[in-house]
Amino acid sequence: MDTKEIISPENVVYKKPTLLNDTNMHYCPGCSHGVVHKLVAEVIEEMGLEEKAVGVSPVGCAVFAYNYIDIDWQEAAHGRAPAIATGIKRCWPDRLVFTYQGDGDLACIGTCETIHALNRGENIVIIFVNNAIYGMTGGQMAPTTLIGQKTSTCPYGRDPEIHGYPLKMADIAAQLEGTCYVTRQSVESVASINKAKKALKKAFQASMDGKGSSLVEFVSTCNSGWKLTPSKANEWMKENMFPFYPKGDLKDTINEK
Amino acid sequence: MAKMKGAIVIDTTRCKGCVLCVEACPQNVIALAGKVNVHGYPYVEAVKQESCVGCASCGIVCPDGCITVYRKKVE
Amino acid sequence: MAEKEVVLMKGNEAIARAAIRCGVDGYFGYPITPQSEVIETLAELKPWETTGMQVVQAESELASIYMVYGAAGAGKKAMTSSSSPGIALMQEGITYMAGAELPGVFVNVQRGGPGLGTIQPSQGDYFQATRGGGNGDYNVIVLAPASVQEMADFVDLAFELAFKYRNPAMILSDGVIGQMMEKVVLPPFKPRRTDEEVIAQCPWASTGKKKGQTRRVITSLELKPEEMEKRNLALQEKYKKIKENEVRYETQQCDDAEYVIVAFGSAARIGEKAIEIAREEGIKVGLFRPITLWPFPEKEIAAMAKGKKGVLVAEINAGQMVQDVRLAINGAVPVEQFGRLGGIVPEPEEIVNALKTKLM
Repeated sequence: MDTKEIISPENVVYKKPTLLNDTNMHYCPGCSHGVVHKLVAEVIEEMGLEEKAVGVSPVGCAVFAYNYIDIDWQEAAHGRAPAIATGIKRCWPDRLVFTYQGDGDLACIGTCETIHALNRGENIVIIFVNNAIYGMTGGQMAPTTLIGQKTSTCPYGRDPEIHGYPLKMADIAAQLEGTCYVTRQSVESVASINKAKKALKKAFQASMDGKGSSLVEFVSTCNSGWKLTPSKANEWMKENMFPFYPKGDLKDTINEK
Repeated sequence: MAKMKGAIVIDTTRCKGCVLCVEACPQNVIALAGKVNVHGYPYVEAVKQESCVGCASCGIVCPDGCITVYRKKVE
Repeated sequence: MAEKEVVLMKGNEAIARAAIRCGVDGYFGYPITPQSEVIETLAELKPWETTGMQVVQAESELASIYMVYGAAGAGKKAMTSSSSPGIALMQEGITYMAGAELPGVFVNVQRGGPGLGTIQPSQGDYFQATRGGGNGDYNVIVLAPASVQEMADFVDLAFELAFKYRNPAMILSDGVIGQMMEKVVLPPFKPRRTDEEVIAQCPWASTGKKKGQTRRVITSLELKPEEMEKRNLALQEKYKKIKENEVRYETQQCDDAEYVIVAFGSAARIGEKAIEIAREEGIKVGLFRPITLWPFPEKEIAAMAKGKKGVLVAEINAGQMVQDVRLAINGAVPVEQFGRLGGIVPEPEEIVNALKTKLM
């Protein structure tokens, strides 16, 4: 069979979601952000929620998320996305409101806003891309940087004596009464991407059904910051991040609410 | 038994040459083209299109949504 | 409460009741003395059950201003209130709102500073309000009420101006007016806008983009310098329009006056008594009360000062508005300042004495 016979619109089994527009994304080659953006676009499209979605973008590599996913967006100050999302959702309760944040944004400067929005059970989804480093500003230590991991502000490795310990935000979120769904996912393989997409859909649906707040953490890579190739970064993530930030559902009380 | 035959189309101006698709492909369909695109990124191309089974692993793992995957049943 | 009933209430309470009556969609705030009655009144009145107005006690002033940002960015009438140290915390959110051109409203019931300061009243945040405590070239519209009635009236006015110009607007009050009780006629009841009305009035807002529409992005970020300059020039153009059209002030007995006291807010109330005392002593004194502190009534003050023997700026701080008065008068007439600090509210006699010693 000729390739030309196969390449025909009725034979498409996978393509870029339409909601992810044609603007080239600025992320580094191999960055997990790209895959997560794709999933967000796919899920919103499949759920038919384009006209109701309002995203809140962070300060961090994903500051320009609003240039890539074709929905309405608000740009947040560093860490404040959950508060902004609260303002939007409280006044537009039938909209799909979500934040998209990195580890510095969510777990450092924004810890207070993250915990309280989740704890109030705001019907929003907080998407947490955790790559254990501050990517945009050039690779500094993050609140989720692992012990021994080297970054530009802990060049000899994170030392608890000086730098304290990494923070497990999903575990904290799972303790909060207001959350209905807390999960950790990843996007380095077909299997993990498929699972992650299901989790994101579940979280979005829970927020539309008024079940409370959700935190969907994507344990991710930053191959530039970690100074590895994309492929080696995936390996490093599997060997080091997964044991410390184990994947799976930490909390699912959606059906109890 | 019917077989599936696949084919991929790569948007080379979106491609950044991260080669995650090359590693994900079970059929060795994809490889770096040895050239750079208008943005200065080395990009990949389908070098063994005839081996493609349309599993879409490449498209799914691609962080930039560069790959469209087609699949057709062969009698 | 019936439509035109005259009721006795605190300034803070008037803000809360007026907010419900003028169709505010959301109040997001944090307790701080001397303005906690605003959120307490709202919590007691439960407007979410009557008008659908949301009331959220946020985890901090920082969170409060961003909740306002989010709601305002989605076209809704959103407000917060706080006092000086809390407003200091909100500065980041305010500059972001100015940069993103959002019509949020916030109330500062000033207390003594600097820092944690005191819970007693002051007017020490004039600079913070008019010069902008946040970063960059921006201005917020500043209204200075001098009575509980104005506290009630300025909520609707603040929103009207905020939406007209897509700019944050502030009500700069103080602990005297927030806490005092006066008779007030509450504004007539106006229902909250429907979702369709919001979408029609605010096509720029992030309300969920319809198919075929270009997505709306609420942001103050622009990395290309040429574009950022354009944005800033557009903001400056907007501020120019506001200055031309929205100055508000009040005068008392300035026409035949030889000396004029310039004062805002509660200092103006004390100034009113001061001019009474002075006139009894045979000194012809008038009062010029700026109502908008930004835009500042520069032309009007300059015109008023012509031919006068002196101007005394009476303000409860170390000398802030006096700078703007001096700029406006431009050396034509002597300008002096009198103020008390630390949360102390001056007596009318002190103002009269200051006028005598500094200008006569």
